[in-house]
Amino acid sequence: MLILTCPCCGVSAEETEFSNGGEAHLKRFGPGSSDDDFESYMFNRKNPRGVHFERWRHAYGCGKWFIAARCTVTLEVFATYPAQTTEPPADVVKKIKARRSEWEGFA
Amino acid sequence: MSHRLDTGGRLIDRAQKLEFTFNGKRLQGYAGDTLASALMGAGQVLLGRSFKYHRPRGLVASGAEEPNALFGLGEGPRFEPNQRATTTELFAGAKLASQNHWPSLEYDIGAVNNAFARFLTAGFYYKMFIHPRAFWKHVYEPFIRRTAGLGRAPDPETVDADRYEQLYAFADVLVIGGGIAGLAAARAAADAGNRVILCEQAAHWGGRAPVDGVEIDGKGAGDWVEAQLAALRALPNVTLLNRTQGVGVHDHGYVLACQRLADHEPGADKPRQRLWRIRAARIVTATGAIERPLSFAGNDIPGVMLASAMRDYLVNWAVVPGKRVVVVTNNDDAYRSAIALHDAGVTIPAIIDARPDSDGALAQAARARGIRIAAGSAIRKVKGGKRVSGVELCAQDSAGAATAEHIECDAVAMSGGFSPVVHLFSHCGGKLIWDEAGGFFRPDPARPPLGHDGQGFVIAAGSANGAMAASDVLVDAHAAGLSAAGAKETPAPQAKAEPEAPMAPVWMMPARAEYDLRMKMWLDPQNDVKVSDVQLAAREGYESVEHTKRYTTLGMATDQGKISNINGLAILADSLDRPIPQVGTTTFRPPYTPLTMGTIAGEAKGPLFQPLRRTPLYDWHEAHGADWEPVGQWRRPYCFRRAGESRHDAVMREVRQTRESLGLLDASTLGKILVKGPDAARFMDMLYTNMMSTLKPGRCRYGLMCNENGFLMDDGVVARLSEDAFLCHTTSGGADHVHGWMEDWLQCEWWDWKVHTVNLTEQFAQIAIVGPYARKVLEKLGSDIDLGREALPFMEWHEGTLAGMPARIFRISFSGELSYEVAVPAGHGLALWQKLVEAGAEFGVMPYGTEALHIMRAEKGFIMIGDETDGTVIPQDLGLNWAISKKKDDFLGKRGMERTAMVASDRWKLVGLETLDGSVLPHAALAPAEGVNANGQRNTQGRVTSSYHSPTLGKGIALALVARGPERMGEVIEFQGDGGKMVPARIVETCFYDKAGEKQNV
Amino acid sequence: MSEPVSALGGAQYAGMVELAEAGPRGMITVRGDLALPALASAVKKITGAAMPARRQASTGAKGAVAWMSPDELLLFVDYAAAAPSVAALEAALAGEFVTIADVSDARAVLTLKGSQACDVLAKICPVDFADLPVGGIRRSRAAQIAAAIWREEQDEYTVICFRSHARYMWDMLSQLARPGGEVGLYR
Repeated sequence: MLILTCPCCGVSAEETEFSNGGEAHLKRFGPGSSDDDFESYMFNRKNPRGVHFERWRHAYGCGKWFIAARCTVTLEVFATYPAQTTEPPADVVKKIKARRSEWEGFA
Repeated sequence: MSHRLDTGGRLIDRAQKLEFTFNGKRLQGYAGDTLASALMGAGQVLLGRSFKYHRPRGLVASGAEEPNALFGLGEGPRFEPNQRATTTELFAGAKLASQNHWPSLEYDIGAVNNAFARFLTAGFYYKMFIHPRAFWKHVYEPFIRRTAGLGRAPDPETVDADRYEQLYAFADVLVIGGGIAGLAAARAAADAGNRVILCEQAAHWGGRAPVDGVEIDGKGAGDWVEAQLAALRALPNVTLLNRTQGVGVHDHGYVLACQRLADHEPGADKPRQRLWRIRAARIVTATGAIERPLSFAGNDIPGVMLASAMRDYLVNWAVVPGKRVVVVTNNDDAYRSAIALHDAGVTIPAIIDARPDSDGALAQAARARGIRIAAGSAIRKVKGGKRVSGVELCAQDSAGAATAEHIECDAVAMSGGFSPVVHLFSHCGGKLIWDEAGGFFRPDPARPPLGHDGQGFVIAAGSANGAMAASDVLVDAHAAGLSAAGAKETPAPQAKAEPEAPMAPVWMMPARAEYDLRMKMWLDPQNDVKVSDVQLAAREGYESVEHTKRYTTLGMATDQGKISNINGLAILADSLDRPIPQVGTTTFRPPYTPLTMGTIAGEAKGPLFQPLRRTPLYDWHEAHGADWEPVGQWRRPYCFRRAGESRHDAVMREVRQTRESLGLLDASTLGKILVKGPDAARFMDMLYTNMMSTLKPGRCRYGLMCNENGFLMDDGVVARLSEDAFLCHTTSGGADHVHGWMEDWLQCEWWDWKVHTVNLTEQFAQIAIVGPYARKVLEKLGSDIDLGREALPFMEWHEGTLAGMPARIFRISFSGELSYEVAVPAGHGLALWQKLVEAGAEFGVMPYGTEALHIMRAEKGFIMIGDETDGTVIPQDLGLNWAISKKKDDFLGKRGMERTAMVASDRWKLVGLETLDGSVLPHAALAPAEGVNANGQRNTQGRVTSSYHSPTLGKGIALALVARGPERMGEVIEFQGDGGKMVPARIVETCFYDKAGEKQNV
Repeated sequence: MSEPVSALGGAQYAGMVELAEAGPRGMITVRGDLALPALASAVKKITGAAMPARRQASTGAKGAVAWMSPDELLLFVDYAAAAPSVAALEAALAGEFVTIADVSDARAVLTLKGSQACDVLAKICPVDFADLPVGGIRRSRAAQIAAAIWREEQDEYTVICFRSHARYMWDMLSQLARPGGEVGLYR
């Protein structure tokens, strides 16, 4: 069971305080979008072996959503950061690179 | 015979005699005994039967690794099967029953399997019971089910009498194991100021060192242990937990440990067990080592035990397994047992040492006592049935074709060397390395399990780390404690090192044993797996140790192969002609020892099994005949039954009375979410399919919420409170989800929009006042709000006071009747309800429940989320196109609804149904269609979503999703009724009652 | 007007700790930018308390205020003072992007007093109470429900949960606080 640190209230807590919201940084495709874009937004997920960005909500705590960058193989949590961003912040990318030099970066 | 000595026993109190029974026989032990030592002391050698062959079985070990001595313990609501005698403390009045036999332990019919053992090899069941196919279901499976299973499940009619609980704890360093290694590690970490939890599985501390007579820092081990405990107890940063088994190490330093609080005093007014849920930054596993048996023919006969266990029983409890004990070994440690037993007056006819020569210090000490050492020898076979009567010897380097010598004895002490207890290190991914010198796997310090920070968080210490001599144990454990604490070096405690001659790996005895001997060599005595079974598996192509395990069931019993795994994989490696490390080990998984279901459930049983959400009117409902129905975690009255009334009668009465006069509904469970801010209207337009921004303050609008697939998710009435505020009513079960959904969009997509949400569901008690007298009864209560038809028209809300309480009155209707919903602060809910009941008495007011609510809405053709929707239904399927704005560029679900499948003309759409015979269709009944689908199943053309007997119409009505339904008005199609009967029903409009809506507009 | 009824009618239990339902309490949720000067002065005026730091609660002469999330406060006042306080807050913060809601009836407030309070709470909350200072508030899980735990004094806790969960919370705490369940973890 994971330990995550909520960047919004600063609490480090076990997984049961949080709820998972799946892959982070999805781009919403609404009316007028192509079938392919809409399909990708709704259904296609990266499911990587290694560095992964996912949404979590501090459901039993401050109620805020945030994003965790973690390794799906070792469960190492590289960083957590507020959800109000469309891509991982530069300092998070740097932290991950330091731990996983082979990582190709966020795409 | 095994027996108790007149003196000695460091853990027993001879002044406190405890009576207990074994299979009804009255026996006696002492306070401080385990069940195992008490049985041994009472001369009970035969303790049970094995699982497959029903062979007689006795004690093997003295700790958690014991495979045989499992009992049904207690009776009635405190009965529990498979209790391990070696780790269960004796208490007065304990009732033990042996397992796996019928009719009795002494005469067991199942033992006939033993005669057929030659045929019951690995894979027997797979090979045998496959043909003829039909036999499986009717013959084989029922038979196997009857005979399978270890122990007997508790009587399903009884309820566990005990209470259990859990506890969350946090530590810098958690040390698992309270032997000298654990104490040294804990001390090192605690002295460095770390918050330390130290847990020990047994009631007593110190592990095996006091038994071995180890000397530490110039003190006897027992005294040293007491001194460490005293020092640790004095530290405020240390928690000591005895009787606490560390059972599992999980991700990110999460450990489960089970503390036995009342197992040794059943009936005491305290929790029986407590599950500790510990988060530790670093974990030290000081879990010791387990002795391995040797594989020789007849090594499962009662009286054959691990040599170190015999020493434990002698020193701790003053019990010995017999009068003449043959010792067989491949290492020096067994000599300690031989010497201890000899010194206690037990005859040791010989020490059979598989090594070609033996003249280390311990061997010399044995010889000095006149004990004979037969070097280079092996036990060819143990003689005896229900207990050992002697052993036959042969040369270790032989096939064992002939017996060289026969020795009479009543017990055999065996030692195949020691294996570190690596389970907890491995649970979470820690890797092992093969230690050639020790002949065991030990934790690889370079590959520990990794924590959230990417650093290793488990450190093995002492013999769990492969350091077997006491002197090495202390140095290793002290270093582990310092490392876990991140502390600077300090001097380690010192033990006097006793030199030992190297052990010799011996995986089979004799080395080239012939088949008849191999098929009597037990590897896993609990699951009856023998050397020959593993060899057969290898021959049949099971090369992976994981496959071999499953094929033979080696190590899959309740002991999880604690004494059998290494021996088994050594045999497999030998059969495959590969080195042991290449074959590897099976995966160690939690729990290390079984946990009771009670412990896992903790407090969550009975009324606390899951949270019940109660409305402010719960107690009133309970006192007035509420027949409860779960709605999510809420409990809502399904109906209010009067004396002598069936549920159906009550529901019919409630509907009739409400339609004819006056009914009251507790609608407090409906979600109420405040959406407020400068961008609230814009947000509402995205959230709902309807145009909400045009709603005027003071007005209400029924709205639909879809997910991005376009599927209908929730519905409810939205009231606009002011220019920048809306109150969204949601379904009872959907409030939390909808609130979370709103926050998700606001926080993660439109974070620059100025909107707040507040879940106000529980702030208000909400009561629906429904029926022709609804206005009258409210007027009787007195209000500053004009409730007149024009002053407060349908789909408006006003705020004011009612009966002196602050209230919002919504003129909305889910029944088609004149109806108001009144929201007051929850703390006033009961008072308002009581006033309504009182004032409504002259109109015959009745409370009604969820079923009457359902019937009335179905009569009006109103949909219910979860009935008419199932997560694949779009609003258009339900004829709700009127609630989908065509003017908006975007709303959640709009793009999803545009997909090809959603706009197809043959979608199933909502219609009403009237059965031709007036009967009620079964809920979810299907309407078959011509032909079959790709899976050969009959095609269908419709499905009932709601079905009731309508007391208003006096017949069965239903709502259904039917292919092209609205185009087929008047058509009769057949639905599957109960018992395969086909029921014809006519497709009609969804509204069955008051189509013009005259009743609600009065 | 009828007297408001709290969820548990002021129930009490004495075991490992003294457990009680606090009865009706005025509670007000405020959402908005907590750095707004107008907010701080309005809160001070109503409760007498200063704006709390992150995960802290501060107490004043007329009430208290707890930090609930980066954009949410919970104000505690007398039950009767709740409605006028809401009105006063709305007046003081007119024109600001702030949302104020009376939630006095939405929640139940329980108190635990005694040296074993942490041990009792640790049976249901995955919280390190050594890490919760006096004056700290921690929102977390209590068994299967959400709860806010406010350490008012070293050995005094206020536990806030949804009103509908009050009975569940009460039954659980009073069972887990029964004598015989002593732990000795927090000393």
